[in-house]
Amino acid sequence: MNNNYRPALFWFAAFTSVMTFLLIGLGGLVTSNEAGMSVPDWPTSYGYNMFALPIKFWRGGALYEHTHRLWGSYVGLLTTILAVWIWLKDNRKWMHWLGIAAFILVIVQGILGGLRVRMSLDWLGVPHGAVAQMFLVLICSMTLFLSRWWHQSATVKQAPVPRGLRSHILWVTILIFIQLLIAATMRHQHAGLAITDFPAAYGKIWPDTSPEAIAHYNATRPPGTIGNPITAFQVNLQMVHRLVAYAIFLGVAAAAMLARKKLGGKDGLTKFAFFWLGLLTLQILLGAATIWTNKAADVATGHVMVGALALLTGSLWCLIAIRRDRLAAAT
Amino acid sequence: MKKSLLLLSLLCVATQLIRAGDITGTITLKGTPPAERELSPIRDNPDCSAMYPAALPKTKFYVVGSGGELADVIVYLKGVPSASTGASASPVVLDQKGCLYSPQILAVQTGQKVIVKNSDPCVHNVHTKPGANSEQNQVQMPNGADLTFTFDKPEPFLKFQCDVHPWMFAWVSVFDHPYFAVSGPDGKFTIKNVPPGKYTLEAAHRKLGTKDADIEVKDSGASQDFTFEVK
Repeated sequence: MNNNYRPALFWFAAFTSVMTFLLIGLGGLVTSNEAGMSVPDWPTSYGYNMFALPIKFWRGGALYEHTHRLWGSYVGLLTTILAVWIWLKDNRKWMHWLGIAAFILVIVQGILGGLRVRMSLDWLGVPHGAVAQMFLVLICSMTLFLSRWWHQSATVKQAPVPRGLRSHILWVTILIFIQLLIAATMRHQHAGLAITDFPAAYGKIWPDTSPEAIAHYNATRPPGTIGNPITAFQVNLQMVHRLVAYAIFLGVAAAAMLARKKLGGKDGLTKFAFFWLGLLTLQILLGAATIWTNKAADVATGHVMVGALALLTGSLWCLIAIRRDRLAAAT
Repeated sequence: MKKSLLLLSLLCVATQLIRAGDITGTITLKGTPPAERELSPIRDNPDCSAMYPAALPKTKFYVVGSGGELADVIVYLKGVPSASTGASASPVVLDQKGCLYSPQILAVQTGQKVIVKNSDPCVHNVHTKPGANSEQNQVQMPNGADLTFTFDKPEPFLKFQCDVHPWMFAWVSVFDHPYFAVSGPDGKFTIKNVPPGKYTLEAAHRKLGTKDADIEVKDSGASQDFTFEVK
């Protein structure tokens, strides 16, 4: 059985991971700039073969949407090569299936994106965003499984990771995924900011959502606000997003403290947990900045990307902890 | 016999037309509306910014004359039976010029054609965001063929947008009768050929909301002014 570390395969997987992360950023730019429907046809673009659209049409919203399509195709190609490469060179059966799963997921993701455009269905943007996050976690997990550390960890004595700490981080990671679903639902309402101030909400701890209040919010939204009128549902959804954000921040802070207490300050997983806490701090600042800038496209996209990194960090932490714990139990 | 019936029918129609009056009025705005915002994203688009070598255009949420005359208010009879003549009505033209829709507010009947032109040297996508009608999204190349849109159901302020140029919007109110008008730059409106009777007349501005008035249209027509107020 040949389970040896293959540097070229690992670095190719790492490259695919980075390209996937950037693709999420591009997808974020498409939604932040309300550009998703700027190229109404798919898989053609303005009637041209997608890969042959003249550069003169890459303007405005079409620049974001068309680049996103091309980048998505590129990630699809990289994923296909990765899956084939793993199938041919990696002897672990479960890795073969992960490669196939990634291949299927990237195809499903492309079709979801295409259907969202072809059928003009705003809500399809939510599963499209959710699958993007799942795909990033999958590709990065495969990169971890192909890494030198994963291959050589069996030969090094591993310190166990307490079950309570692992469970805590798993639950916080699941909560982050739920938060990303809430965020995707908010973004795909295409209604701009439902609440325009922070940390208060229309000057209150919990905003008034009576029909009169909603009518007043719509009448007094910042001039130039692009999007549909807001509804009480959207105001409440943003409040839920804020509350879940606070819960996640406390959960991640507790995880970092617990890791330092149980594993010691010098343990790699403790450092990783503090990195996670740093990401969450940045994420809350970006969330606030998204509101303070009236949802500036680059700030909102940064918020999406750091959210993806937060989910990824929690997921990889859990996988590394499970690996360490199993190896520790085996020795 | 047939000739007599035809003559009688024509006489009835003529009588009806004669017995129809126009509703006229003026829309006024009291108070100072919020300042319009410069459409600064145009600056980042080479196709569109080239058409504005000097100042960039601004939003047109409140088109107000020096005396408070308010344009772009849709005035219509409320609660009248469905009687759309849209299929035979003249098409309404919505142009894309200078990376803006012109006009930005218009009104049509169900079944009436909205012809969308592209007078710009760049591509646009024409994307309707309706509430009651079906969503449509079509690309229109520079100097491309005109696009035709029709709507089956009445709805207020149906949004047209271009996602390539996300500052471009137009709003089309759709009625299932012909009794409506849009106020001009002088704030004046005329709803033509309204049969005599008692009605509720409503004026709707996209930002300022609606105002109602009960009116009686006689053979000589009727007059009704509206005053909106900025709070």
